[in-house]
Amino acid sequence: MATTSLNSLRRIVLGVIVPIIVLVVWQIVGSRQNMAGILPPPTQVLEGWHGWIFGSPGLGLNPYLGSWLSNVQYSSMRVAQGFFLAALIGVPLGLLIGWSRLIQQLFDPVIQSLRPIPITAWLPFSIAMFGIRDMGAIFLIFLGGFYAIVVNTTQGARDVERNLVRAALMMGASKRQLLYRVVLPAAMPSIFTGLRIGGVAVKSGLGYVLWDAYYVGRMDIVLADMASIGIMGFLTDRLIVFIEQKVLVWRILQSH
Amino acid sequence: MSHIAINKLYKTYPGNPPVKALEDIDLKVSPGELIALLGPSGCGKSTLLNLVAGFEKPSQGTLLVNGTEVQSPGPDRGVVFQEAALFPWLSVWENVIFGPKVQGMGRGEYEDRAHQMLKIVGLSDFKHHLPVQLSGGMRQRVGIARILTLGSRVLLMDEPFGALDAQTRLTMQELLLSVWQQLKPTIIFVTHDIDEAIFLASRIYVMSARPGRIQTSITVPLGRPRTVADTASETFSALKLQILNLIRH
Repeated sequence: MATTSLNSLRRIVLGVIVPIIVLVVWQIVGSRQNMAGILPPPTQVLEGWHGWIFGSPGLGLNPYLGSWLSNVQYSSMRVAQGFFLAALIGVPLGLLIGWSRLIQQLFDPVIQSLRPIPITAWLPFSIAMFGIRDMGAIFLIFLGGFYAIVVNTTQGARDVERNLVRAALMMGASKRQLLYRVVLPAAMPSIFTGLRIGGVAVKSGLGYVLWDAYYVGRMDIVLADMASIGIMGFLTDRLIVFIEQKVLVWRILQSH
Repeated sequence: MSHIAINKLYKTYPGNPPVKALEDIDLKVSPGELIALLGPSGCGKSTLLNLVAGFEKPSQGTLLVNGTEVQSPGPDRGVVFQEAALFPWLSVWENVIFGPKVQGMGRGEYEDRAHQMLKIVGLSDFKHHLPVQLSGGMRQRVGIARILTLGSRVLLMDEPFGALDAQTRLTMQELLLSVWQQLKPTIIFVTHDIDEAIFLASRIYVMSARPGRIQTSITVPLGRPRTVADTASETFSALKLQILNLIRH
């Protein structure tokens, strides 16, 4: 008991050493005159962030006062919509590509040749097609999550143990039953891998504020925004892992 | 009438050169008979079982079960796989009732039977366990219970006890014999273990490799029901020696 708590204490201490050094160096460098407007020190970022979160809006010229929560809500909503859409299309499509030779030959070349295009390269196309706000953002988030989800689901569906398929056929399962009673659950671990990787690609969420703040020279808000994206991303990943552990109990027992 | 009738059956896999997995196979199994296919790895015994199961199609020849040509896998021919092949995300109970359920049967039609079959294989207390929580022998018990629940009259067993330790294997062989005595299904049991073939089967088909052929068939001169004591009998050792000599050639 004593050693475990000592160990966890040790882990916490070791884990914070590097961040503290980074923060100290950042503070020193950011406080120099020639860094003004380029790299604000952490204290200034915190101050800006604090105002962004708790400030009362409408008093004065600062458009960021008190708007943090609504920005986060707004972005989370779009992230959720785009990501949900990516999973909704990506999982069934991946299952079918992995399962049917015909579907694979139809879709695989398209997906494999679109996949190397970085998400940022889609930006002009997305703005032209959907405009700068909701639809454009949702489209980019969708794209960011889609490939990882589809590719991993395909892999999972393709790697289903042959004897599991044979066992199901032997017991009288139809093609459709095979797909959702055997291939889908067997591919579930890969699907969750896809969701987690896709989740990382998705975090373009608070992006609008990011560019907006950059254009008006508010680097403290830019950095606070980046930190917000990081925290939101971390929480999203934890949420996916939490659901994964509920759904994949059999898998977790297997690896022990 | 034979339950399973195989006539001039060939299975060749395309390639350069093509692989002749099975050549000129003739095999007849009566209803309720328990036969063993015995041979070294690569002799095509598993291929033959896969053909009867309908997982693969023969290149030539006829393969009748109950007088009809085998077209696809189906619940009339239950397969017990080498590694059990249970669905790891389903509990023991859900694995056992998978067949009746996908066939659209109502609960009332299969629940009693499933309980009974789990009792026969001795797993009544493990219904809610996941396969991963069971030992290898217990997983094979589930594999047997699920095809009994399916109501298969033909059981196709592909080295089901090959991966088990010697003691568990013996227990499972005894279990299989008692199930067979009670329900009298037709069983094709694939194995490379001579002792296992003699202990279980009424008739042993010895196969040779490249190309896979049936070399001889031997009737096992042991009565029923059999017990472990039979494995120490003189008849047993004499037959074992005879088969060993056959396989050496």
